[in-house]
Amino acid sequence: MNIGNLIKISLRALANNKMRAFLTMLGIIIGVASVITMLAIGQGSKISIQSQISEMGSNMLMIQPGAGMMGGVRQSASNMQSLKMEDYNSIRDNVSYISQISPSVSSSGQFIFGANNYPASISGVNTEYPDIRKLTINEGNMFTDQQIKSAAKVCVIGQTIITNLFTNGEDPIGKIIRFNKIPFTVIGTLNAKGYNSMGMDQDNIVLAPYTTIQKRILAITYIQGIFASATTEGVTDKATDQISTILRTNHKLKATDDDDFNIRSQEELSSMLTSTSDMMTILLACIAGISLLVGGIGIMNIMYVSVKERTREIGLRMSIGAKGKDILAQFLIEAILISFTGGIIGVIFGVGASIIVNVALSWPVSVLPYSVLLSFLVCTVTGVFFGWYPAKTASELDPIEALRYE
Amino acid sequence: MSKIIIDIKDLKRNFIVGEETVHALRGISFSIKEGEFVTIMGASGSGKSTLLNQLGCLDTPSSGEYLLDGHSVGDMDKNERSTIRNRKIGFVFQSYNLLPKTTALENVELPLLYNPSYSMKERKEKSQAALEAVGLGDRLYHKSNQMSGGQMQRVAIARALVNDPVLILADEATGNLDSRTAYEIIVLLQELYKKGRTIIFVTHNPDLAAFSSRNIVLRDGKIIKDSLNEKIESAKVALEKLPKQED
Repeated sequence: MNIGNLIKISLRALANNKMRAFLTMLGIIIGVASVITMLAIGQGSKISIQSQISEMGSNMLMIQPGAGMMGGVRQSASNMQSLKMEDYNSIRDNVSYISQISPSVSSSGQFIFGANNYPASISGVNTEYPDIRKLTINEGNMFTDQQIKSAAKVCVIGQTIITNLFTNGEDPIGKIIRFNKIPFTVIGTLNAKGYNSMGMDQDNIVLAPYTTIQKRILAITYIQGIFASATTEGVTDKATDQISTILRTNHKLKATDDDDFNIRSQEELSSMLTSTSDMMTILLACIAGISLLVGGIGIMNIMYVSVKERTREIGLRMSIGAKGKDILAQFLIEAILISFTGGIIGVIFGVGASIIVNVALSWPVSVLPYSVLLSFLVCTVTGVFFGWYPAKTASELDPIEALRYE
Repeated sequence: MSKIIIDIKDLKRNFIVGEETVHALRGISFSIKEGEFVTIMGASGSGKSTLLNQLGCLDTPSSGEYLLDGHSVGDMDKNERSTIRNRKIGFVFQSYNLLPKTTALENVELPLLYNPSYSMKERKEKSQAALEAVGLGDRLYHKSNQMSGGQMQRVAIARALVNDPVLILADEATGNLDSRTAYEIIVLLQELYKKGRTIIFVTHNPDLAAFSSRNIVLRDGKIIKDSLNEKIESAKVALEKLPKQED
């Protein structure tokens, strides 16, 4: 008995009962479509959460001086002067897992423009800082390395500063604002970022060359912190280790000494949010899996009824020479064809539904190739699994009894 | 001397029903040569159906020997019996047993689908030839539910012919048909007989014995009569004698 003939026989049998075949398929179609859609929604929200986190700079590392002892008195971190430009330089030159790095010094005070004033802090950074913090220039330009070298009195300001200082809607570019009586020329503005998850206004920000802050405002040579970006989120641990080794060497710490610095990463936040959305994906997949299972049971149910209903047909096939295994194969192929076709239609529906969800509800979705493959595989296996018992029952019929069955 | 197709020696078949043993066939012996048209008759309970199942290789004897075209059926397993049914026997049933909503051609093709040695082309040619032989050459693509009882039985006969069997086994093949159509089917079977086909026709209708070349009568699991019919009546003549029906 060749397989081509068996497929032909099964196809003809299915064609004779198109409605029944379709209804059986419906279970599988809904099952597969829901698995794909649910996983797409789950994955979409996971990706969107991840991108929100990386908006915040999930691969960002913050290095601050640690609270140390000075003559037996424990000092606040901001008073520590242990981080130097040399530390910054050696981290920049020696840590391979870092893509961007910027020193940071800051001072707070009152900004004045015309009759308006607004309290804010000014951050002294270098040109890589906006990339690390995922800040983007709206109008104008970021200051240049040349301006850093010359400690130019220029600044880039965030949207909150603009709304509070330029109340008449003036174009801030080129205007001079004063910070603690020192005039700064506004050379660029930043795009709005809104509040972060801690409720801090990320637009209440003024960036200036760190040299300007060091020399003209604070009159210091040390730096208050270093911001860096790990090349990817995954290597933040390795970057942290490397930085820590370099700083310990630079600071001549003995093996027994505590670190005199802190390195903070966003990984905890990121892993927490990812695990939340992972859990949601699993939940959705479970629900979808159940509907696939119900679809499978639908196949078994219909196949079983179909075997009963077609007892005489089975008897006839046996009397004209079909062997038990031919009957088994026929019913199994029917089940597989139903679930396979249902699977294909389900994939189309699932992808379609994902697109509709995306367009109509503007939810982020992402159809995973593996979820398509998986649900396809599962539905075929379901077909075989749930088709097996009815097919086996059919193949074990006695032709004499089957022919006489009413 | 023509070839012996069926050779049965002291065939017995017992069924165990509860604690009782029912002797359906109590030792039957006969042989059928190629080209015979045999009617097997008997009242219900005479063992006719059991014998039919034996002849059709659907069942195995409790004891005794059955040689079909030289093959001992008693020694065969289920699969071997399936194969021999597929190659050597053509069945015609009382209730036609056509696949529903399926064309005549596809119905006739069915036995060949279970025989891998036929190609698709051969299958179609043979099926078409078989349908032409039963006078349905113009209804190849009619579906079984669009046909009358007589036409369906013709398709069933074509299906029985398509695998070139050594034996056509008809079980009450006219039982569901009105007498006119029944005679038409007998006419067809007589034509096949004249072409040299071996036919066994199992029936409880004694009128049909006159149209066959040999008549075996069963009662209580034994043969009570086995006679050759010297004067075979023509079913065609009988058909013409029937009063014309007004529809």
